[in-house]
Amino acid sequence: MKRKTSLLIFFFFLLNTLGAQQIDVLKFSELEPMLHKQNDTIYLVNFWASWCVPCVKEMPAIEKIAEEYKDFNFSVLLVSLDFPNQIESRLKPFLSKQNIRSKVILLDDPDFNKWIDKVNPNWSGAIPASLIYGKDFRDFYEQSFSYEELKSIIHSKIQEL
Amino acid sequence: MKTLLLITLGIMMSAPDFISGYKVGDTARDFSLKNVDDKMVSLSDYDNAKGFVVIFTCNHCPFSKAYEDRIIALDKKYKTKGYPVVAINSNDAEIVPEDSYQKMIERANEKDFSFPYLYDETQEIADTYGATNTPHIFLLNKENNKLVVKYIGAIDNNYQDASAVTEHYLSDAINALIAGKNPEKDFTKAIGCSIKRK
Repeated sequence: MKRKTSLLIFFFFLLNTLGAQQIDVLKFSELEPMLHKQNDTIYLVNFWASWCVPCVKEMPAIEKIAEEYKDFNFSVLLVSLDFPNQIESRLKPFLSKQNIRSKVILLDDPDFNKWIDKVNPNWSGAIPASLIYGKDFRDFYEQSFSYEELKSIIHSKIQEL
Repeated sequence: MKTLLLITLGIMMSAPDFISGYKVGDTARDFSLKNVDDKMVSLSDYDNAKGFVVIFTCNHCPFSKAYEDRIIALDKKYKTKGYPVVAINSNDAEIVPEDSYQKMIERANEKDFSFPYLYDETQEIADTYGATNTPHIFLLNKENNKLVVKYIGAIDNNYQDASAVTEHYLSDAINALIAGKNPEKDFTKAIGCSIKRK
């Protein structure tokens, strides 16, 4: 009986570990190549944070579209601007609770005036902000998306592939 | 004709349609907004000020919170030199209840703010100034009875860690004004939470 319980506990522990996402913490120079891939995939790079209300609001739309287009050349990268000392206490619990499956990295580069224009010169610095790009296009959106808005953008880009 | 086209192109490139509001060199308007002590505050109330550090900020935003102590220190340091801080919260409390007028009063008391913390309920001042983020700084200088915008942007270059700051954009700009000069760097981008518009 005791053994069964511990096995069960071990099993749940294993499940938890598998489910939890490993969060890479990057400097902008390490993130930058991910903003300039040149292949037949459409990339959505979303800048967000778990404490940002409009970011959290659009997250289900992004996740739903990622799921809908998972068989297409479409890739989502969620770039979190959460504070690095809150990865365990805040970011990871948020990701599990919301069941976020897209790839998440944490950008730990507070000197943003050194890098923000390299994402897009028109970016004021507010989040959420999204870069949607492919081989021949590069669009930047400083806004929170509704499901319909984002879907129509991604759909039309995928059709052009 | 060619010149006209170039000028038009120049304007198009320098003014993206979603950013309006003040630029460095513009004259800023005064306002009358309710402070956390229930009294109305205007910049014209300050007879002895040489200028103002107008900071759009709020309660809830982690970037604003990270800067609270630094803002208090800036106010204490520079108001004696003629440049007091005037903080404004323009967030819609319907979207972020933590930024309501009542919560502003609580936060100002908790942190013992040394500066007025004003409620821009209609968001008219944020719109006119073109504040997009919190915290977002507009440094004003009194010149010929006008309030001229001298610096727009961030406080410094490290929101996470005050001790790791290597560029003090705002202090440098105020020091330049005190020395009778224009700030060398008069614009930076203020990353942070977006101002929650109605």
